[in-house]
Amino acid sequence: MIPELGHFALIVALAIALVQGTLPFLGVAKKIPSLVAVARPAAQGQFVFVAIAFACLAWAFYSSDFSVLNVATNSNSRLPTAYRIAATWGSHEGSLLLWVLMLSVWMLAVSVFSRSLPEDMLARILGVMGLISVGFLSFMLFTSNPFERLLPAAADGRDLNPLLQDPGMVFHPPMLYMGYVGFSVAFSFAIAALLDGRLDATWARWSRPWTTAAWVFLTVGIALGSFWAYYELGWGGWWFWDPVENASFMPWLIGTALIHSLAVTEKRGAFKSWTVLLAIIAFSLSLLGTFLVRSGVLTSVHAFATDPKRGIFILCFLALVIGGSLTLYAWRANKVSPGGMFELLSRESMLLANSVLLIVACAAVLLGTLYPLFLDALGLGKISVGPPYFESVFAPLMAPAVLLAGIGPLVAWRKGDAADLLRRLRWTAIIVLIAALFVPLLFGRWALLTSFGLLLAFWILGGALAALIVRLRSSTKITSAFAGMLLAHAGIGVFIIGVTLVKSYETERDIRMLPGDTATLGGYGFRFEGVREVDGPNYKAARGTVIVLRDGQTIARLAPEKRVYLVQNNPMTEAAIDAGISRDVYVALGEAVDDGGKEGAWTVRIHIKPFIRWIWIGCLMMAFGGVLAASDRRYRIATRRQDDAANAGATALRSGTA
Amino acid sequence: MKRFFWPLAIFIPLVGFLAVGLKLNPREVPSPLVGKTAPAFELPLLHQPDKRFAPADMRGKVWLLNVWASWCESCRDEHPLLVDLSKKGLLPILGLNYKDRGADAQRWLKQFGDPYQFSVVDADGRIGIDYGVYGVPETYLIDAAGVIRFKQIGPVTAALLQEKILPLAMSLKK
Repeated sequence: MIPELGHFALIVALAIALVQGTLPFLGVAKKIPSLVAVARPAAQGQFVFVAIAFACLAWAFYSSDFSVLNVATNSNSRLPTAYRIAATWGSHEGSLLLWVLMLSVWMLAVSVFSRSLPEDMLARILGVMGLISVGFLSFMLFTSNPFERLLPAAADGRDLNPLLQDPGMVFHPPMLYMGYVGFSVAFSFAIAALLDGRLDATWARWSRPWTTAAWVFLTVGIALGSFWAYYELGWGGWWFWDPVENASFMPWLIGTALIHSLAVTEKRGAFKSWTVLLAIIAFSLSLLGTFLVRSGVLTSVHAFATDPKRGIFILCFLALVIGGSLTLYAWRANKVSPGGMFELLSRESMLLANSVLLIVACAAVLLGTLYPLFLDALGLGKISVGPPYFESVFAPLMAPAVLLAGIGPLVAWRKGDAADLLRRLRWTAIIVLIAALFVPLLFGRWALLTSFGLLLAFWILGGALAALIVRLRSSTKITSAFAGMLLAHAGIGVFIIGVTLVKSYETERDIRMLPGDTATLGGYGFRFEGVREVDGPNYKAARGTVIVLRDGQTIARLAPEKRVYLVQNNPMTEAAIDAGISRDVYVALGEAVDDGGKEGAWTVRIHIKPFIRWIWIGCLMMAFGGVLAASDRRYRIATRRQDDAANAGATALRSGTA
Repeated sequence: MKRFFWPLAIFIPLVGFLAVGLKLNPREVPSPLVGKTAPAFELPLLHQPDKRFAPADMRGKVWLLNVWASWCESCRDEHPLLVDLSKKGLLPILGLNYKDRGADAQRWLKQFGDPYQFSVVDADGRIGIDYGVYGVPETYLIDAAGVIRFKQIGPVTAALLQEKILPLAMSLKK
């Protein structure tokens, strides 16, 4: 009964989405206020029904209703409760429902928090979002119904993929999807503005907090995914340039460019058509990511759904949404008036250069991700593109972007003062250079790339600090937007420090150990105390004990496990980590080996990862900076459009004559 | 304003590639062994360990070599198809029992049926390396001259058997 209710709720949601995606447009075109007014309640109603559907599916998982196909394939009666609930979005169908739920949450938020928007603008925005929702709801109902029954019911379920049975996996998908789907708000704002022909500073001001919020979720989502890969896959890596990781990273890159471009459009009325294009691309890449993952065109660990019918459906939807909006862009973008003028040395040109670099970097990632597909489609053979390509292409593109990000906050809008800039950054540059040259020596080994990585990191940190000092000395108040920007930039610095030090100084050993054996690595001793069998709720594990010693003192007892999940019979490695701010000690169990007839020998893999936590701390700083920026007071003040339009016009005029 | 058309112009071929990509199977990796002589080996038979078999013994015949193991889950999926095929007697099927224990393997055949003329034992997987086995089950179609004509990684399906393997085998027999 409950699953049928959920199914019915989805159908109702689709009907509402159809209404939401059509009537408001008609109302705006024909100037019928009663139809324009449909948008808001429709969005709220859609949220209610999608939420009901989601709750029904979650209930089916919670109560282990194995007469639902989705539950029978992705859950098991012995699965712990938290994972039973997380299994709701562990499957293809469930993750789509999560996608739609997130979309309806964003729609609800737009309908509630946009009191200052003109009614016709809001109607168009919610209309666009309604159409996106129509696409995804019909995709679910026609090809991937999460409530499909299995008759007769299964006695027990086939269990959740053991890789997903992890606290990180409980939060990673909702965060990531909030980010992905959140770009639909900026996208809908852009489409509505293109339809309307009113692209001005007010439009940018409305879009900014929504875009930043989506970007924050995406940042946290990607960081969680990376952290999960680090401790769950047992290889000690934190980023693999896997197609699915790339699929989430590309919208992040464009989203970053979009945030900065929106700043220019709001402050200076410039880059309007560029900003609109970035808003379209950011969401298009979110859709493309969904397509790549859900259609299975690129096989990877993640691609658990391979069904040509689904692939064709999403591809058509993708072509319609992206193709449609790019056509609209080609048709209407020339109506956008160019914004204020600016000099070569100005914050505008720095931000423009940065968004171009981010776009090029994103294009390089896209090319690497799709290259195997291109070659295969042209019949030129099968290849795979691995981390060496991405690392050698991505890092050189990001290096100038980071250098610019260090200077950017210190350069004035419109026309920067080169002499002033030099004076402000002179000492920073000298200190940063010296530090970057000498810090690697503290680790005992100097390498050019290490020094260069640290130079980038210190430079952006130094730039943020210098900008803070300049602001403190001046009479201008420090707004939360400004603080957020500095924090996010500092986060990039912290992130780069982490990446550079891990890449340069990580060490690892694979050793065969008998109980009682001691091995050393990087000044730590590791005493292996053997392995014993343990029973988990739905797995059996061999749990090893490794004592970590430093100068003869025990500093940690680690318990790495090798688990075999009973239902799917999959072996899983659970690494044990002694975390620290300056290093992680990471121990994973390999295989039991036969060591000359002696019992209890295992291969053990030990890693020491200096400063690896800084990678995720940096991401959290970026995300928190985004939260600060999005919560800036000026977004909450209802502004009258006329005032702003007049202001922007005046600025444009002034700069035009300057 | 032509420049506003560029994004659309880039997007259209991309959709084309994605559409073609949907029809391709990214897991399908062409084997370098296809078109080459099947690597030679000499291995004891599963049921008569004192007898040995070499692929050269099958010269002049078109036959299937199926790599299987009792521990292999998906071997069970394809097994009924092989049993069925062996009853029809269209072509001889030989088994390569891969990294398995003799007793387990024999029990497994008793339980699920034995489609093989005989199985040979590759206990340590050394021959598997020569054949590039990386996922059990795998199936090789070998022609009268001892050349591998087709290789399937993963279980054989009814469609694959009807549409690819059997027609190819029949044409090779002529």
